[in-house]
Amino acid sequence: MSLKNLTFAAMTAAFVGIAGAGVAEAQDKLKVGFVYVGPVGDFGWSYQHDQGRKAVEAAFPGKVETTFVENVPEGPDAERVIETLAKSGHKLIFTTSFGFMEPTLKVAKRYPNVMFEHATGYKRDKNVATYSGRFYEGRYIIGQIAAKMSKSGTVGYIASFPIPEVVSGINAFMLGAQSVKPDMKIKVIWVSSWFDPGKEADAAKALISQGADVLSQHTDSPAAMQEAEKAGVKAFGQSSDMVKFGPKAQLTSIVDDWGPYYIKRVKAALDGTWKSEDFWGGLKDGDVVMAPYANMPDDVKAMAKATEDKLRSGAMHAFTCPVVDQAGKTIECKGGKNLDDGQVLGMNFYVKGIDDKLPQ
Amino acid sequence: MRLVLEKRQEASDLMAYASPLIAVAITFAFSAIVFAAMGKPVGASLFTYFIEPLTDLNSLQELAVKATPLVLIAVGLSLCYISNNWNIGAEGQYVMGAVFGSGVALAAQGTMSGPHVLAAMLAAGILGGMLWGALPALLKVRFGASEILTSLMLVYVAEKVLDYLVRGPWRDPKGYNFPQSVAFDTTVPVLFESGRLHLGSVIALGVVIAAFVLVGRTLKGFELQVVGQAPRAARFAGFSPARATLFVFAVSGGLAGLAGIIEVAGPIGQLQPSISPGYGFTAIIVAFLGRLNPIGCLIAGLLLALTYIGGENAQIVLKLPLDLTKVIQGFLLFAVLACDSLILYRPRLIAGGSHGGTAHGAH
Amino acid sequence: MGLIEAILITVITASTPLLIAAIGELVTERSGVLNLGVEGMMLMGAVTGFVTGYSTGSVVLGAIAGIVAGMAMAALFAFLVLGIVVNQVASGLALTILGIGLSGLIGANYTGLRLEQKPPAIFGALADLPYAGKLLFSHDFFVYAAFALVILVAWFLTRTRAGLTLRAVGESHTSAHALGVPVRRLRLYAILFGGACAGLAGAHLSLAYTPFWVTGMTAGRGWIALAIVVFASWLPWRAMAGAYLFGGVTIAQLQVQGFGLGIPSQLMSSLPYLATIVVLVIISRTRTGSSAPAHLGVPFWPDR
Repeated sequence: MSLKNLTFAAMTAAFVGIAGAGVAEAQDKLKVGFVYVGPVGDFGWSYQHDQGRKAVEAAFPGKVETTFVENVPEGPDAERVIETLAKSGHKLIFTTSFGFMEPTLKVAKRYPNVMFEHATGYKRDKNVATYSGRFYEGRYIIGQIAAKMSKSGTVGYIASFPIPEVVSGINAFMLGAQSVKPDMKIKVIWVSSWFDPGKEADAAKALISQGADVLSQHTDSPAAMQEAEKAGVKAFGQSSDMVKFGPKAQLTSIVDDWGPYYIKRVKAALDGTWKSEDFWGGLKDGDVVMAPYANMPDDVKAMAKATEDKLRSGAMHAFTCPVVDQAGKTIECKGGKNLDDGQVLGMNFYVKGIDDKLPQ
Repeated sequence: MRLVLEKRQEASDLMAYASPLIAVAITFAFSAIVFAAMGKPVGASLFTYFIEPLTDLNSLQELAVKATPLVLIAVGLSLCYISNNWNIGAEGQYVMGAVFGSGVALAAQGTMSGPHVLAAMLAAGILGGMLWGALPALLKVRFGASEILTSLMLVYVAEKVLDYLVRGPWRDPKGYNFPQSVAFDTTVPVLFESGRLHLGSVIALGVVIAAFVLVGRTLKGFELQVVGQAPRAARFAGFSPARATLFVFAVSGGLAGLAGIIEVAGPIGQLQPSISPGYGFTAIIVAFLGRLNPIGCLIAGLLLALTYIGGENAQIVLKLPLDLTKVIQGFLLFAVLACDSLILYRPRLIAGGSHGGTAHGAH
Repeated sequence: MGLIEAILITVITASTPLLIAAIGELVTERSGVLNLGVEGMMLMGAVTGFVTGYSTGSVVLGAIAGIVAGMAMAALFAFLVLGIVVNQVASGLALTILGIGLSGLIGANYTGLRLEQKPPAIFGALADLPYAGKLLFSHDFFVYAAFALVILVAWFLTRTRAGLTLRAVGESHTSAHALGVPVRRLRLYAILFGGACAGLAGAHLSLAYTPFWVTGMTAGRGWIALAIVVFASWLPWRAMAGAYLFGGVTIAQLQVQGFGLGIPSQLMSSLPYLATIVVLVIISRTRTGSSAPAHLGVPFWPDR
């Protein structure tokens, strides 16, 4: 079997010459790399990051060159991919999943002159910045809308995995709903997947059959929206504007828009002003965008817009103290008037009024 | 003209060595056409995909790191398959190995460290995989329940167990409630200053050699082959198929479990919800590409690892879509498998004529 | 009534792709060929079905295209395992890898598009009948196709000469060959039938179940279909029972979650798999079904 290795060696020798001519080109452009955890065709998390990448390409014609690697498993493969990007001359690298935190930090130590940006993590370094979106702000608004629009008083919530971001989303939603209708009921179904359209549709059907007449989701596909449209109930989209899939059902969508942030950071890198920092952008920064409010009466629309404005200006916070958990315990108010970012980032309890138990 | 295969009197030694080369050549040709169709420079593209990962020490180490779990699992699986036991749940055994080993790591965390902890972790990993592998074996031997189904279903159950643990009891208390354990104190050591080659790769190599001796040079190996190929003869010889089933599931489960804990305590360094991009399933292909032979598994594992790393390079350097690299990978597998039949069969072109049912070359 | 009816209707939808794919694979395996590429063939059926359905505006054409795509993948597999006697297990797995890649390439520009058309309701007004009208007659044609396939395959395998011959080939290709049966031609048909069914099952996902395309949308259903064939001990009616058991437990656990009992979601999600194992063990103990075709997965080449 050593024959094969021998041949490989021979081929290596033969190809080195060819490649030398083809690959090496003078690079004046800033090379920007993106690492995605899912396929760009997931129409959810990775898809939205890739839309952001395309926005960068469009914003700096001729000045940047972008590269992406999709479906990268969280673990050793991520470290290798990030390293390969750094090695091949990418000066700014966005790693877009929580599980890329340690690999990003490890590679960053070895490439001090490369700038790294890690999404949704909490560990930084001199050349590693972190960024995320305050999606809970949007969830507060849709909670209010849901409370206004639900006739049965029960809303359904399709959730992926019990991680803090999803939990804080459910809580913000509930707090918003309670601000309108204190006895609002919520039913949560965990589908244990980011990505199984069939199961999301099944969960939507289960919720509708149990009397939920407004659906919210923290999964990626438009399956639940389609079920809502079919069943004649209302729903909120997630990640992207899903109005196409539910023209009569969609009330609004919480859209992840990474474009503004990516453009800002690429510009900083081009100008030489890039610094490692923690950025947690929300409605104010255009990272979280509400799709047009639709299929609701004007007074509900006005309320939603007013809340959106207040959240944007900072006059209001989704987790305004006192926040009370399921057991009736008031959560320590570390942020003065509201919970601080660390408490939201690591949220691990349900607020009062949710009858379910948080899966641990 | 039609292509017809003729069975050889005996397996061709020449083809046993030449067929992988023919397959690689065919894959190169196919890839070259694809690259040309995509408007990429053909030579440079082939280089990036297939050769560059072999050109420097660091990426060679990466190749070994990527191949390690594949080889470990595939060696165990080939024992199953030669004895006609259809373990397709190695992914679950891998996960349970990681879980058991991590249990030891977390118990020792902060209080003990050193080689004996690592040894205990690896042992626990083997045990975890063995136990998870023993379940389908027992259900088969005791109740006649098909191991194809039970081993596959247990994969999903194992994943949920892992998911429960990292989101619940084993979550890092300082990790903002994100689903991951603390970084282990005790890890599988890397071998060189630069690069990620670790002790696990050496262990895998040892396992390959041990399995090679077991299959080729011991009575047990003979027994497994007889049980697989001639169950009735096995019974006359006093070999128990039930015992063979338990044995191969224990060994392959143990090896998959070992791969799991090595990966978690090695390159990953902590327990997290996703610890395998389907190694347990890919290893099935590796086992067959390696012709159910331990040395073959080693080579096949490296080849598969090369296509993964080459695929990444192709995305980065050539900006080819991932899906295209998957197509090339699939094609390569077909080519290698197809060329393997040259060992047992001789292709022949026959002019005209047609006889029933021999419709090859038509597709 | 309302809730139970809604649950049953959901179970039927959820079980249909599993059942269609499993019935196809069952025929393939009965002929002695193990094709592990169901997931890949399903994905190709899903993407081709959606692209065709979207471009032509016809769900029926989409379903046909899905069938054709599944058959094309199966033909490639047949060429390898029948034409040049390649190992079946490995070829099937490679077929899945190829299917994942190809479907992604084909569907790249169809992400996020909505299919306007609904599958035609073939029983139309009957669905408005009181009591069980909705439960029995409101489904799309894929559901009835699944039922029809079960009946046809059961009839074919037990009541027709060709079906008995096919089973004989799966039990012993050498004896069948000695008797002059065209072993490879029959196996080719069986493999193509399996591919057609997998393609149809995939098309059901992208045209009816969740009418859009996203990469990898089958989410492992091909593997479950393979398990169902084993569960069924290669009997069509049992395949139906298996698909409904799996689909039923999946829906049941989602429903139970909705009632908020606070059971860990991981345990709930494991239930379909555990239930399948438990039921298999029980029926294996009181063995009444058939066992695997004796020559399943064994390569065949006619010696002259």
